[in-house]
Amino acid sequence: MSDLLEVDNLRISARNDDDELTPIVKGVSFTVGRGEVVALIGESGSGKTTIALSSLGYTKPGLEFTGGEVRLEGEDVISMDSDQLRGLRGHRVAYLAQSAAATFNPALTIGEQVTETCVLHGILTQEEADARAETLYRALELPDPDKLGKRYPHQVSGGQLQRLMAATALCGKPDLLVLDEPTTALDVTTQIEVLKAFKSVIKQEGAAAIYVTHDLSVVAQIADHIVVLYAGEIQEYDTAEQVVEKPSHDYTRRLMHAVRPPPAAGQGDETTGEHRREAPALEVKDLLAGYGRIQSGLPAIPVLRDVNVAIERGHSVGIIGESGCGKSTLARVMAGLLPAAEGQVLLDGEELKPALEQRKREELQKIQFVFQMADTALNPRQRIDNILGRPLEFYLGLKGNEKRRRIGELLDMVELPQEFAGRYPEELSGGQKQRINLARALAASPEVLLCDEVISALDSIVGANVIELLKRLRKQTGVSFVFISHDLSTVASFADEIVVLYAGRVVEKGVTDKVLSPPYHPYTRLLISSVPELRVGWLEETMQTQEAQAGIDRVVTLKDKGCPFFDRCPVAIEDTCDQETPPVRTLAGNHAIECHRSEAEFAH
Amino acid sequence: MLWRAILGRFGISLVTLWVVSILIFIGTNLLPGDVAQIILGQTATPESTAALRAKLGLDKHPIEQYWVWLQNVMMGDLGISKAGLGAGLGTPIVEMLGPRVDNTLRLTLIVGAVAIPISLFLGLIAAMHPGTRLDRSITFATLNLISVPDFLVATALVLIFAVSLGWLPSIVYLRGDETGWVLLKTLAMPILTLVILVSSQIIRMTRATVLNVMSSPYIEMAILKGVPRRRIILRHALFNAVGPIVNVIALNLAWLVGGVVVVEQIFSYPGLAKLMIEAVQMRDMPLVQACAMIFCATYIVLIFIADIASILSNPRLRHPK
Repeated sequence: MSDLLEVDNLRISARNDDDELTPIVKGVSFTVGRGEVVALIGESGSGKTTIALSSLGYTKPGLEFTGGEVRLEGEDVISMDSDQLRGLRGHRVAYLAQSAAATFNPALTIGEQVTETCVLHGILTQEEADARAETLYRALELPDPDKLGKRYPHQVSGGQLQRLMAATALCGKPDLLVLDEPTTALDVTTQIEVLKAFKSVIKQEGAAAIYVTHDLSVVAQIADHIVVLYAGEIQEYDTAEQVVEKPSHDYTRRLMHAVRPPPAAGQGDETTGEHRREAPALEVKDLLAGYGRIQSGLPAIPVLRDVNVAIERGHSVGIIGESGCGKSTLARVMAGLLPAAEGQVLLDGEELKPALEQRKREELQKIQFVFQMADTALNPRQRIDNILGRPLEFYLGLKGNEKRRRIGELLDMVELPQEFAGRYPEELSGGQKQRINLARALAASPEVLLCDEVISALDSIVGANVIELLKRLRKQTGVSFVFISHDLSTVASFADEIVVLYAGRVVEKGVTDKVLSPPYHPYTRLLISSVPELRVGWLEETMQTQEAQAGIDRVVTLKDKGCPFFDRCPVAIEDTCDQETPPVRTLAGNHAIECHRSEAEFAH
Repeated sequence: MLWRAILGRFGISLVTLWVVSILIFIGTNLLPGDVAQIILGQTATPESTAALRAKLGLDKHPIEQYWVWLQNVMMGDLGISKAGLGAGLGTPIVEMLGPRVDNTLRLTLIVGAVAIPISLFLGLIAAMHPGTRLDRSITFATLNLISVPDFLVATALVLIFAVSLGWLPSIVYLRGDETGWVLLKTLAMPILTLVILVSSQIIRMTRATVLNVMSSPYIEMAILKGVPRRRIILRHALFNAVGPIVNVIALNLAWLVGGVVVVEQIFSYPGLAKLMIEAVQMRDMPLVQACAMIFCATYIVLIFIADIASILSNPRLRHPK
């Protein structure tokens, strides 16, 4: 029996304004058998999404098919007309996009969107489709399956939306699923839950799947075969075990190398004492901050409570937690973008005014912010030399030759060639833009650099290079770093100290080695155990653990009393943890854990 | 949350209306010319002028005058028109406004009923086939019509339909008892002119908003789900484009009530806008104030309705978490 999908010498090109064709996909061939999961892996620009979409007979605007065939059960989908394609899409081949938050229509109910396809294709009646959707909600372990269909996308969490997207795709019982980076935007704890749901549902429904991702560890959990792509060409194509355990191609090995090892003690970057002074470079004390109008000292939506963090001179402090825990809010309070309701921000031991406008220029200069999205942080109408020159003029008063020389030095520092000074941001790649973003912050000669998820939007290889650059810059300049990320592996490879935030509270903090080795706070333990490992079979083992059983995909909720982690904690004590604010236990080596359990009990 | 948003908008509308009433009062007081003198004309003596001023309450402090006026307006008494007062025959403004309001509303409703469906249809057609010849001709035509001043459109139409073809009357002469086809034919010229002017804006806004929504990821998803094009536009895209479209419709309807001076003048159509111009010429301040209040109230009410419509079309406000 033939394979379900045969991609045969596929070629896709981009047509520019001058009607010239640039090849994007250069003769790619692979097959997907029935019930099989094939992963397409590569960096952005490798053509992986473009290839995956071709199985729906679709190209993004501006692209076109220029050769080859994509045969679904022997029938070429590229040559189908639009009526045939409409019958194919959603019915025989279903697509799951990267960001469910953007691909669900905000104005329609979840139920309508999940059942739309199979009702339109006449596979099921509306009642049958509703029933099937409910079955799928249960299979995907979604809450309130009987009422979920009547809700709107903004009323459920990101992880739930991602699973609802799977329900949408599966509702029409397709033969082939196309999953485009379905877990990339999720927190590790959510990712593991979604992966588990996908894997079991694919098996149950007997569907085949194309799984597009840049994350080898995720692929190792779910794929039967792996296709490694670079610049529109196949580098390696083999079984998952073969590729993960004995990669034969050089590029695959580079990809493997860029996968950061799972977080463990001993990875932290030890800082020598040479830059030390008495007062920490930056410190926050008893911080209470949030959004909305402040009434009787409490903001309408409180986000951070009782936060105490000190960043020693020349040190780097990693701040970790799931989305919604208040990481970015903390950085915004430090920078003065969001004035705190209570508490202090101290720079070199001196108290800063809460709001940006009230701070002095020297104070502003000493704290610089590096934003997550270089794309939006850099003004597209400004040349790189203007972007870098502005802080030089504003803070340091540099002009003319001096300014130009300094711009050159900054470009050197971030390992970019001098001629980039004359370019515009859009002429740069994602990684290069992030380097300019860093150089812009460094131009002010700051003492503290606030880095908010600076490599989250980058591919693994590019991201790994940026981390190397950050490490070098830290040694070279003595600048203190506040490094915010939801990715524990990234933080572990860079930070001297780690602060774990949960629902706006510091649940654990200390030197990297201490935080990443027992005793753990139960939440830290959950975070560490959720980071996928680059080996086949990790997912199954992990799902057996106590943490996973405790139901890890829950929305982070802020609470007025008790420990916010209570709902998800496998070792919670009834009537204590949900009633009383947990005490801070200080262990050896300035390691602090906020928990009702004693040190002896952490050690399990 | 929903009710709070609606109540909030309502409160803002009331405050705006109040501020506007103050501005109108100040504005009309700034207009040159003494009403008493204008009314008395040739027969004005210092004594008779002073007596009339006292009778009209014009000798009181402006703030007091404002309060008296505001109280009367709140009770539905728009005052007495000063035209003809000299002869002792003041007409209550409410009576003067009556037929004019009817005329204006009639025209507005007909134009709205014709223009809104046509423009939504053309705007959607253009958005469904961007870059095609159809889309480009719609875009080109609407852009041109927006750039051309209203008197030019009106004059051109008169030249074509009244002068060259002789199909339609170039002036609206309403006896008041016309119905059906006769009425439509009588009003055809102003209707045609206003439909053209109003539609261009709504078409452009509909096209732009729907196109913007069409480039969003959830529309691409709908295509990849195999949803037919018509359903994508009508169910997936239009819902998310309601806010801006309703707003541009509201602005245009408000313009039809108070802003069509030129068109009313050209066709000598006895509407509200023309009445206000006449009142200004006569220095008939109470009438000017009354007209201005009606225009502003119309704007505010229509924008309020548009705001409510966009709030209702937003599921985040309709169904909070």
